Amino acid sequence: MPMSDESRVKQLLDRSFDALLPLLAVPLAFLIGAVILMVMDVDPIAAYGVLITGAFGDVSGITQTLVRTTPLLLVGLGIVIAFRGGVLNIGGEGQLVMGAIATTVLVLSLPTWPGWILMILAMLAGAAAGAFWGFIPGLLRARLGVSENLSTIMMNAIAAQFANFLLAGPLMDPLQRELGSFLPESARIPRSVWLYRPIPQSSLHIGFFIALIFAILVYIFLWRTSIGYRIRAVGLNPAASRYAGINVPYYEALALTLGGMFAGLAGSFEVLGVHHKLLEYLSSGYGFSGIVVALFGKLHPLGAIPASILFGGLLVGGDKMQRVVQVPSALITTISGLVVLFVVSSVIFTERRARRRKIHG
Amino acid sequence: MSKLLSNGQPQIGEVRAVGIVKRFPGVLANDHVDFDVKAGEIHALLGENGAGKSTLMRQLYGLYQPDEGKILIDGVEHRFHSPKDAIRAGIGMIHQHFMLVPELTVVENVALGLKSSRGFVLDLDVVEKRVCALAEQYGLKIDPKASVWQLAVGEQQRVEIIKALYRGAAVLILDEPTAVLTPQEVDDLFVTLRQMAAEGHALVFISHKLHEVLAISDRVTVLRDGRVVGKRPTQGATKEELAQMMVGRPVILQYDMPPLQCGDTLLKIEDLFVQGDRGVDAVAGLSLELHAGEILGLAGVSGNGQRELAQALTGLRPVRKGRVLLHDKDVTNASPSERMALGLSYIPEERMKEGAIRDFSVADNIILQDHHKPPYVRSIFFDFKAIKNDAKRLVEAFNVKTPTLDTPIKNLSGGNIQKLIMGRELWRRPSVLIAAQPTRGVDIGASEYIHQQLLGQRNGATTVESSVVQRRTPTQAGMEMREMLEGRREQCLATLLISEDLDEIRALSDRIAVIYEGKIVGIVDRNEATVEQLGLMMAGVRKEEALGLKKSGDHSEKEPS
Repeated sequence: MPMSDESRVKQLLDRSFDALLPLLAVPLAFLIGAVILMVMDVDPIAAYGVLITGAFGDVSGITQTLVRTTPLLLVGLGIVIAFRGGVLNIGGEGQLVMGAIATTVLVLSLPTWPGWILMILAMLAGAAAGAFWGFIPGLLRARLGVSENLSTIMMNAIAAQFANFLLAGPLMDPLQRELGSFLPESARIPRSVWLYRPIPQSSLHIGFFIALIFAILVYIFLWRTSIGYRIRAVGLNPAASRYAGINVPYYEALALTLGGMFAGLAGSFEVLGVHHKLLEYLSSGYGFSGIVVALFGKLHPLGAIPASILFGGLLVGGDKMQRVVQVPSALITTISGLVVLFVVSSVIFTERRARRRKIHG
Repeated sequence: MSKLLSNGQPQIGEVRAVGIVKRFPGVLANDHVDFDVKAGEIHALLGENGAGKSTLMRQLYGLYQPDEGKILIDGVEHRFHSPKDAIRAGIGMIHQHFMLVPELTVVENVALGLKSSRGFVLDLDVVEKRVCALAEQYGLKIDPKASVWQLAVGEQQRVEIIKALYRGAAVLILDEPTAVLTPQEVDDLFVTLRQMAAEGHALVFISHKLHEVLAISDRVTVLRDGRVVGKRPTQGATKEELAQMMVGRPVILQYDMPPLQCGDTLLKIEDLFVQGDRGVDAVAGLSLELHAGEILGLAGVSGNGQRELAQALTGLRPVRKGRVLLHDKDVTNASPSERMALGLSYIPEERMKEGAIRDFSVADNIILQDHHKPPYVRSIFFDFKAIKNDAKRLVEAFNVKTPTLDTPIKNLSGGNIQKLIMGRELWRRPSVLIAAQPTRGVDIGASEYIHQQLLGQRNGATTVESSVVQRRTPTQAGMEMREMLEGRREQCLATLLISEDLDEIRALSDRIAVIYEGKIVGIVDRNEATVEQLGLMMAGVRKEEALGLKKSGDHSEKEPS
């Protein structure tokens, strides 16, 4: 149908408006955060100033931000895959922990192996453990129809308790026992398996760059391969997929498994690149923040990159804000939650607009 | 003061829409449309989907506001900001999809949204009295205390009409009111409509079924592309003339049906039982044989097991008992892909639910079943060139109108989506085709095209020379399609055509099987039964009785309870 220039311009405006709308979610969330800050008798401009300069103001801030970005991006990628397959993975937290455990156990039990082989094996073990932790809810869903919303959450609790058990017993650093301090931490992993840090005096490790590569690979996987096509088809329309001969439960389970794999890899990187040991609270909520990242990135693997940098920055800046202006970093959690709320409502809003635009059909 | 109607409302002499213009982004839905309806007449509004008839009527009913033009009621200009204003002015509308609450009774549904005469206390007895009075005056048989879910579709429609009359409608707009009715119910409705017109109501009858328009209306206005292209008294009009106005070119309404030449049984259904969603057998002991080269029409009122049968045949719903044989192979419990490999194709009833993925592009939907096969994929990576190549050929061959191959199909019209699905299914060169409601919600131009494609698959059919193909330049794709169809003629495709549209069934089928409560009531040859006789069978009357082969007095026993 030929279209007038006027309506084409209008269509373009409509489309760019739809694209920009989610971005409004961030300022809106900050605005409400400002109100909370004022109620707490804190100058919001000062607090936000600390937040932003803390996260992005200097090399140290930026590298710290990217360190936090890495697990967010990896978990986010896993959640993007799951979402695209029509399943909701709330188990990123547990999958990440399992990945960290597997990595630590492997590295500590093969101390004589050459570093780089061990490093790669450790990453694979972490990814495999996370994948396994995602596969179980996938299997339960495929075979018994158990909702993955519930099972993934419960798998989180199992993973957390398993980690606690290991850290209180078999995996606890012998040194802690000797000293009698009994801190729930594993022994340090050998230096030879630490992830390379390209910038001196910073904790930024190559895991970040690997995660970036994975974002591109996930994009290729989802949109340029037949397996990715199936996952997306199953997520968008299970009935039509079934008719097309696609084994729907299998691909739903696969989406959960792949999601777990990326979360497990994130756990592996936390051990190999950041903490160099297994410890309690290793995850600090990356498994859940990954959902926020995925949603804010519009469920697109490349969109997850800026989204994860933003939320990584919020974590780093929030810590700084807490130290400098004594604002509990829980406020950052609040702001993240508000961002999700606004992003999700913007999606509903654009869909309604689209429907209204179409209604004349 | 003008004359009072039977529902106590003053008569409206004339509703007139003058120079109505309604624009939507990118579309001029109504382009200076003049329309009027007078007391005592039934005015048919005819047009294809997207011609602008609903848009026009929605403006009369206050759902949209016109960009230009005005609406006059007895010469006085009215501006409706919402349906409330229109109702207050005496205009009522019966929508295609009923706006009733199934759990509530007839009276409760009528009372819904009205102010009670007793303030906070319900006045259902008052409402009931008036409902009964209205039902009596207009000859609308209805049990006011029945819950709506217990009522047949035709009865539910009566409730809608009573609702509108109760709210004081002097003018009634009926949007495709016959789409969901059996032939007998249509007859009842027409009696009611004529009576209402005789009473002095003004009626607008929206439809795309030509014979109904000819049967019921006094005048007819035809819309095409948002413009009025014809306006005339119905008296003396012919189907061909109206169809040509509607589509803008001559339309084939009758198809040549050369006799069958090949006859092997390709699909055999033996004593099949399939459970519906509620756990009750929706298909209960159904047997049927489908032969090569034939189109077997499955007629029946919606909800008699057609959907479940189609799903069971394609492997989307488990079979409880019985057998399905495809090319003599037992496929009762085979997966959809196994059946596809044996040459089964399926045009599903709910095309957006089962046949296509709305957020996927045209190209992605075309490779839905074959996305994992070469040439579309090498190892696991897509070959987009090969995909685009085939998608382009298919889109051209089946005349699918789409801006690009990357356009999500949710932006295509229903007719184009259906052509895409049909094209994809035929492109696979099936030997057995299950076509469920292939033209539901599709406009007449696309319907004609789909019908011709279906017929073209039969042995010896000559309808490949469709006007659509002829009008197009002989592109490579067009030539290819011809060759493909020629090839398929030799294949003797067997088609099971499931449809609630009796006209469609009668126009296309070699044999007609009637389904009622999950069983075949009888099978008749193409010209063996009249519409009325088929209608009786659709209500459960056995073939012998329906055809009058055996005089019977116990007809009522066979009626649904």
